[in-house]
Amino acid sequence: MTKRTLFAGLLATGGVLVAGLAQAQDIINDELVINGDLNIVTQAPAADHLDYMSVVRSGWTFRSTETQAMQMDDFDNPGMLGVESAMSDFTTAMGADGESCASCHDGPESLSNVRATYPQWDEEHGEVQTVEMQVNECITERMGAEPWGYNSTEMINMSGLISWAGRGEIVDIAIDGPAQETWQMGKDLYYTRTGQLELSCANCHEDNYDNYIRADHLSMGMLTGFPTYRLKDARLVSVHSRFRGCIRDTRAETYAVGSPEFVALELYVMSRGNGLSVEGPAVRN
Amino acid sequence: MKIKHTFAVAAIVLAAPVLAETVSPAAVVFDEYGEVAQSLTGVAGNPERGVEVMTNRGLGNCIACHMVTDLQDHPFHGEVGPSLDGVATRWSPEQLRGIMVNAKNTFPDSIMPAFYHVGPYIRPGDAFTGKAADGELPPLLSAQDIEDVIAYLMTLDTYYD
Ligand code: HEC
Ligand code: HEC
Repeated sequence: MTKRTLFAGLLATGGVLVAGLAQAQDIINDELVINGDLNIVTQAPAADHLDYMSVVRSGWTFRSTETQAMQMDDFDNPGMLGVESAMSDFTTAMGADGESCASCHDGPESLSNVRATYPQWDEEHGEVQTVEMQVNECITERMGAEPWGYNSTEMINMSGLISWAGRGEIVDIAIDGPAQETWQMGKDLYYTRTGQLELSCANCHEDNYDNYIRADHLSMGMLTGFPTYRLKDARLVSVHSRFRGCIRDTRAETYAVGSPEFVALELYVMSRGNGLSVEGPAVRN
Repeated sequence: MKIKHTFAVAAIVLAAPVLAETVSPAAVVFDEYGEVAQSLTGVAGNPERGVEVMTNRGLGNCIACHMVTDLQDHPFHGEVGPSLDGVATRWSPEQLRGIMVNAKNTFPDSIMPAFYHVGPYIRPGDAFTGKAADGELPPLLSAQDIEDVIAYLMTLDTYYD
């Protein structure tokens, strides 16, 4: 950290800064350019369906300059190892028919619109599907192979590859039509105060973003960076694992990874990021 | 198993004189402003022990949300709630007791958890395991913890700038 940013950080937090308090906050940097040429929208006007926010911000804008820097170059982004591993799975034949993802999809680039539009309604199955559900649909129904675990390493890596292929795309989640009911369920979950601490997602990520809770600088809880590489865990973390962690922290009983509740919550939370760019695999602390 | 059981009984017998005066969470009486006039234990609070409750993550973890200059030796104070500097000049012990027992009676819809309360909760969990709670949960803090914290908060009579 340079002297200049440290000084600005001290000014920004003003009077509350006392030794031993939440560490000096870096000035908010909203210019994320990856590999020197890929522009990421990290701040955007909030979607009309958001009642209490006027602007939405990527989780990247809340991280320290050191963590931010790791996401600005793929060589420094440890999440890229998972993406590379999924790249080889993409062309590996699986199941009885000897097909790989590449048999149907030219390359990951051909899936660049996926992350920005999922979860989305699947007409054939009559339900909202996440990226993971769609991947398993291909694996089982088109390739005749055994499904991957929803939270398995292969699945998280493949979801990382799909995010990477869609980086820079503007999130545009459909919340009306047949998805509306699931979206509403997700919204209700977002505002429900659970557990013995009686905290909702909104209490932390809507009422208190930019505030510190203990050592954590609260973001708006966006999904645009998922799967995220968490430095604390030293691995890529899925959306549903993150949900479990946050709900557990309210001293509540969580829902299961892949459960209908989490699919609904993912649809809703992803739609809160409409207008921001996909930026996964992101780096977070 | 047997031995453990005997110990538990012994503990209850020893604690009996205090328990007799302890107000249970369900029996706490609030006035219309959310104040609680009666001590929860009848035993004077210990401010040093109050510091422990306020800073320990497994107890009150108050500094996760509140900044307290006097506690700056303990790292990582949050900003979700107001600074508690000078809190003794703003609130009486009765009001502080009410805020800690269940802040929602003083500040409707408060984000601050209710520390001497037993629900009902939505999807109560077994502490931080993410698993369902097994039966009714004990309050987050004990009656004496609350009294100890009040004793400490009443020492915070200084504003810093
Ligand atoms: C007690 C506070 C608290 C509650 C309640 C809470 N979270 Fe979080 N959440 C955090 C903290 C702390 C972090 C890590 C810092 C950050 O990114 O905000 C976090 C991170 C996240 C992230 C990662 C953001 C990123 O950019 O990587 C998402 C997504 C998220 N939360 C969603 C939720 C959802 C959905 C709920 C409700 C089911 C929820 N949170 C409830 C505290 C909370
Ligand atoms: C999850 C966050 C959180 C935690 C944990 C928390 N508080 Fe609070 N507290 C708040 C908020 C927010 C307020 C402001 C009232 C409101 O608007 O709801 C508050 C208000 C207060 C007030 C009144 C402050 C004033 O000067 O007006 C006191 C006193 C207080 N809290 C004490 C405590 C104590 C003691 C603990 C721990 C045993 C604690 N709090 C834990 C969030 C929290």
